[in-house]
Amino acid sequence: MLEILSYGFMQRALVASVLIGTVTAIIGVYVVLRGLAFIGAGIAHASFGGVALGFLLGVNPVLSAVGFCLATAWGIAWTSQHAEIREDTAIGIFFAATMALGILFIGLMGQYNVDLFGYLFGSVLSVTPRDLWLTAALAVVVLSIIGLFFKELLFITFDPEMAEVSGLPARGLYTLLLSVMALTVVLSIKVVGIILVSAMIVIPAASAYQLTEDFRVMMALAVVIGNVSAIAGLLLSYRLDTASGATMVLTATAIFFASAMLSPRRRRARS
Amino acid sequence: MGAAIIELEHLTVRYQELVAVEDVTLRVESGEFLAVIGPNGSGKTTLVKAMLGLVEPTAGSVRLFGRPPRDLGRQWARVGYVPQVVHIDPHFPIRVFDVVLMGRYAQVGLVRRPGKRDREAARLALERVGLSELGERQIGRLSGGQRQRVLVARALATEPELLILDEPTTGVDVGTTEGLFELLETFHEQGMTVVVVSHDVGVVAQHVNRVACMNRRLVAHGLPTEVMRPDVLECMYGGEAALVGHGDMPHIVVRRERSAEE
Repeated sequence: MLEILSYGFMQRALVASVLIGTVTAIIGVYVVLRGLAFIGAGIAHASFGGVALGFLLGVNPVLSAVGFCLATAWGIAWTSQHAEIREDTAIGIFFAATMALGILFIGLMGQYNVDLFGYLFGSVLSVTPRDLWLTAALAVVVLSIIGLFFKELLFITFDPEMAEVSGLPARGLYTLLLSVMALTVVLSIKVVGIILVSAMIVIPAASAYQLTEDFRVMMALAVVIGNVSAIAGLLLSYRLDTASGATMVLTATAIFFASAMLSPRRRRARS
Repeated sequence: MGAAIIELEHLTVRYQELVAVEDVTLRVESGEFLAVIGPNGSGKTTLVKAMLGLVEPTAGSVRLFGRPPRDLGRQWARVGYVPQVVHIDPHFPIRVFDVVLMGRYAQVGLVRRPGKRDREAARLALERVGLSELGERQIGRLSGGQRQRVLVARALATEPELLILDEPTTGVDVGTTEGLFELLETFHEQGMTVVVVSHDVGVVAQHVNRVACMNRRLVAHGLPTEVMRPDVLECMYGGEAALVGHGDMPHIVVRRERSAEE
């Protein structure tokens, strides 16, 4: 089995899987605890518009998706704060509008692009050295921001109102959290695919949530579960000749159900 | 006469059509233990939010430590606040000590890590509310009264001179309420200025040294014995108070109302 690691494409796939398994799991902790799963899915679908725009303009789709997803994240934050609508409604609007834009862009290209479908469903084995550098750079940005604002992000996740009252720039920090989430989505789409990336964000953190009552432990466990899912998913997909993103997500799902059954903490009556 | 901690001058707060607080002039001095009482919807919460600069006055002015609350800047640490409704997920994976430490985050400053002094202050705050033993507990594994004390400890973590609590006893039993007020009384004896919003007229009268009765306007303000009179209570509560308000002793008024509620 290990001889497959001598292939360059497999080494790159492995490094990319580890990066993604780590970053999605960490961001997922905030997503699960603050109930942001729908925003994650919304931003992921927005990346479709961004990738399509990249193909249309002939620029790197990952770069165009960065801009597109950040704009969507800020748009959701701004709309829900300034228009008199609930946040999930704002997400619903952006979700559909950005997908529609993507479809429009594809139409303008005049031909279906096979590569585009690689982004929809992920293709970890086709990760180029250039893709890998871009993924690594985005991962460094995401992890640095979370490291720097660790205590602030914890506070706004746990008790946003009190965070604001106590004098922290809670709204700015929330927008920062959504931005970091947008970057995480973008750096993952090449490997897991647009459709499945929100699963890689939510599932490892949700599994870790079953197993601990400590925030830092939850984050560490999520990273372990994210990495196990990504690496096992990669090797399984190679072995079984299945889609890599889907195999990773299903591996994570299996771990989730195992954690839910083992959970020592959930089944208490008090709430 | 102590130094003025909070000064409200002809304060009016309006939410669109609704007048929540109307023309309230009130001075809270250093070392006071003030209860703001009144029926539901009487503007108590709005009043303390205005004191803290969390809602803007429609008219009139608010001064906190001699300044408009929004200009306090780093002096914000002199104020501890326990809000009314706390949307805390009891399943959140966080320990009591870390919740208390959050009280110091704004003071620590962006990006910086809480230091030894911050942890010491959080430890002390937890000790002051009598929960030293529970620092490692997950936040959901506490009784309602204990959880309330954790939030008080979080407010104490900045070592404030002024502590403001909005309905801290909502949803906890009489024994717990009594315990919390005894705790607030010890803070008061240690020199802290305490403002507590409550509809629990009974417990309040026995612990505080000033009462402000709100019914949109400030109906009465003074010592508990001056304020807790049948006519004042009637002005706040209408017929309901008239029913329980026979007898001159505020204690009697109070006790009957409590037993009527139970």
